[in-house]
Amino acid sequence: MARRIKIPATKYPVERFTLDNGLRVVLAPDRSAPVVGVAVVYDVGIRSEPEGRTGFAHLFEHLMFQGSENLEKLAHFRHVQGAGGTFNGSTHLDYTDYFETLPSGALERALFLEADRMRGPRLTEENLRNQVDVVKEEIRVNVLNRPYGGFPWLTLPPVMFDTFPNAHDGYGSFEDLESATVADAAEFFERYYACGNAVLSVAGDLDVAEATEMIKRHFGDVPARPAPARPDFDEPDLTSERRESYTDRLAPLPAVASAWRVPSPIDDFAGYLPFVVLAEVLTDGDASRLVERLVLRDRTVTSLGGYIGFMGEPFEVRDPTAALLQYHLPPGGDVDKVLRAADEELERLATDGLTAAELGRVQARMATHLLRDTDAVLGRALRIAVLEEQRGEPELINDLPRLIGEVTPEQVRAAAATLTPQRRASIEVIPGGGK
Amino acid sequence: MSDTKRTLPALLPAAPIKLPTESERRLTNGLTVIAIRRPAVPLVEVRLRLPFAKANLARGAMLSHTLFSGTAELSTVEIAAELQSVGGGLSASVDPDRLMISGNSLAAGLTRILEILGEVLDGAAYPSDEVGTERDRLVDHIQVAKSQPAHLAREALLRRLYGRHPYAVQTPEPEQVRAVRPAQLRALHAERVHPAGATLVLVGDFQPKRALDTAEAVLGSWNGGGKDVSLPNAPQPEPGPVLLVDRPDSVQSSLRMALPAVPRTHPDHAALQLANLVFGGYFSSRWVENIREDKGYTYGPHSVIDHSAAGSVVLLSAEVATDVTGPALLETVYELGRMATLPPGEEELEQARQYLLGTLMLGVSTQSGIAALATTYAGAGLRLDFLSDYTEQVRTVTRDDVAAAAAKYLAPSGAVTVILGDASKIEAPVATLREIEVE
Repeated sequence: MARRIKIPATKYPVERFTLDNGLRVVLAPDRSAPVVGVAVVYDVGIRSEPEGRTGFAHLFEHLMFQGSENLEKLAHFRHVQGAGGTFNGSTHLDYTDYFETLPSGALERALFLEADRMRGPRLTEENLRNQVDVVKEEIRVNVLNRPYGGFPWLTLPPVMFDTFPNAHDGYGSFEDLESATVADAAEFFERYYACGNAVLSVAGDLDVAEATEMIKRHFGDVPARPAPARPDFDEPDLTSERRESYTDRLAPLPAVASAWRVPSPIDDFAGYLPFVVLAEVLTDGDASRLVERLVLRDRTVTSLGGYIGFMGEPFEVRDPTAALLQYHLPPGGDVDKVLRAADEELERLATDGLTAAELGRVQARMATHLLRDTDAVLGRALRIAVLEEQRGEPELINDLPRLIGEVTPEQVRAAAATLTPQRRASIEVIPGGGK
Repeated sequence: MSDTKRTLPALLPAAPIKLPTESERRLTNGLTVIAIRRPAVPLVEVRLRLPFAKANLARGAMLSHTLFSGTAELSTVEIAAELQSVGGGLSASVDPDRLMISGNSLAAGLTRILEILGEVLDGAAYPSDEVGTERDRLVDHIQVAKSQPAHLAREALLRRLYGRHPYAVQTPEPEQVRAVRPAQLRALHAERVHPAGATLVLVGDFQPKRALDTAEAVLGSWNGGGKDVSLPNAPQPEPGPVLLVDRPDSVQSSLRMALPAVPRTHPDHAALQLANLVFGGYFSSRWVENIREDKGYTYGPHSVIDHSAAGSVVLLSAEVATDVTGPALLETVYELGRMATLPPGEEELEQARQYLLGTLMLGVSTQSGIAALATTYAGAGLRLDFLSDYTEQVRTVTRDDVAAAAAKYLAPSGAVTVILGDASKIEAPVATLREIEVE
């Protein structure tokens, strides 16, 4: 094989500062295209929603688009899109993000819009009922009306975890969504949407001094409110295997997913990175361990995937989290056989290790994925915002490809050795779509 | 809340759209190579588009799944490992117009990824074992697709829209896939996988001349010949009764409508794009504001203009709650009718225009965005500079132009409509609005 390719790095300048009201700001200028990405990340997600209010963090995200202090309903969308931009928001386990990509001449407008809703969304009964309906349709599209809906991100956590924050359905039950009130929303905003609990980031075509002025102008008078104390969501690791199954009335074929706890992404980043690499060694492409064995050789699996975190974002999740492997099987496929074969491959990796060449090619491919994620200004803005929010280290964006590349064969071998059947939680989908 | 109303900041004038320079070379074997420099990240994007019209459906699908399954020298696993070693990956997909090979790698891997691509183009072996594996996987994949409402609704719409045209059926049946043999794949490859009419687009962190030289050195010996087959024009949508496709116990109805449209180079194109945006082509459109933000019938309704080589159509999609299927259809027809019979407001037209101009600029701000656009344009015989012409048209289209385009293309009387859902619940309400036929 050819000489090992050098893993390149980006050199995005990263500036950070904190406004007097506690809002943290990160800027990553890059003037190669006349566009900017703007992101506001709040340190609240699915794990923080109250019992009896499953799905509330996501429902609240919808309400943040329904008008604010100076903006009528629909105004946010129209102002962003009428400036030639795109927008969205999304709710994750540990954070909620709101973002825009725009031609750079619209930067100040985006800052205005984000600051306005940071001061306070318009929470009305009418908008709440409308968005409960919209969210129910979202859940129908993504979960209830399709095969494998919510597999495994909604169906595996309750097998692996025992406490409400980690185990509950983050999309929410219709009953909980329907019983949500405007008062609940006001309280949620008051508690979690404090500017001390938020990070603003801008990436792309900006001048740091000008952008700083604009940010002070629009966010400077957002009332200071401190971040709430973040609870420790940790749970003990599994001491014996857990396995459950359910029938999916729409699924035509069997499927199964397994998860193992991994070290804390925040407190033990060095111990965590080998697991991020391991997931790719096992599952990235036809030359990966599990594809070669299960798909190409045994033919016991139709497709498979492996990743860290139930939402597949290794650098945007806190403890407790997991390494996941998921498999779709052919008709009549034997789930036990698949799990046994995966165990054998993990054991082989744990015993024999892997060569520097095998690891090197996986690391090179991971570098491509990381660099590709950040070519778009929005990808960059979101990553630096969450890195700041969770680690206070936005400049890590430039280091990730190198850090991935420094993981050693011995570290990957040791990581594989921890993925034993005794620590595994699995969920099996029994096909009920008997066509 | 504060007492003083804050004012929305003005927009700074948008920079004129800055297109990266395309360098192009026609190799002696007939391959067109386009190289575009964007050095923002040290990567390259690779797209190879081959004309593939009239290829047998099941064999074409299988070819795209087994193209990387081995050559005389390399196995599936070796090909994947070689690509990975330069941070690379390649995959193939097929539609009724073309075979597309897409991938990317670290910038330093450009030569190697093209070498692997060249080996596969020249020598894909379609080994029996691997073909057998991929055949089973594709059959499973089709079976899963057939359990997805979006797939079923699309299949029904295509059948209804295209009749006997090759666009009517785009997914093979499992038994057709099961019948595919390796020798047939080798024959299809020998007949159709050639540089004539094909375009290779490279975008990334390189000097364009060197990228062209590399492509020429590596792919210049790829076997010339082959044929550029094109399809007859697709038929225009022929309106008729609403086709109800029964999906018992479905908790939503998949509403699909198709309306006539024109290709990118047609004089009505820019006006129709704007009309479609005002109607339902982006979030701040009449349709989305009505059936989502006002009535809560649906999550993500959208309307797009779909361009294929043999024809263009406006496609409307919405997944609506079963019990509001009738009302959702009513509002959809109302909004189309309003577009077709009344001119758009000045403000809403300007908003749509700015959105379109802005998103065109956002689209060419990444390597993968540029690669996608350059490849799509190349497939229509255009180059990136078409974006400048198109941008100028979008700027100058008048309200009258948009009203005329809406009347001509978006009239609800011209729509082909398919609804997939629980017929026992939706048949009666839909029948109160439109003539129906149930499948």
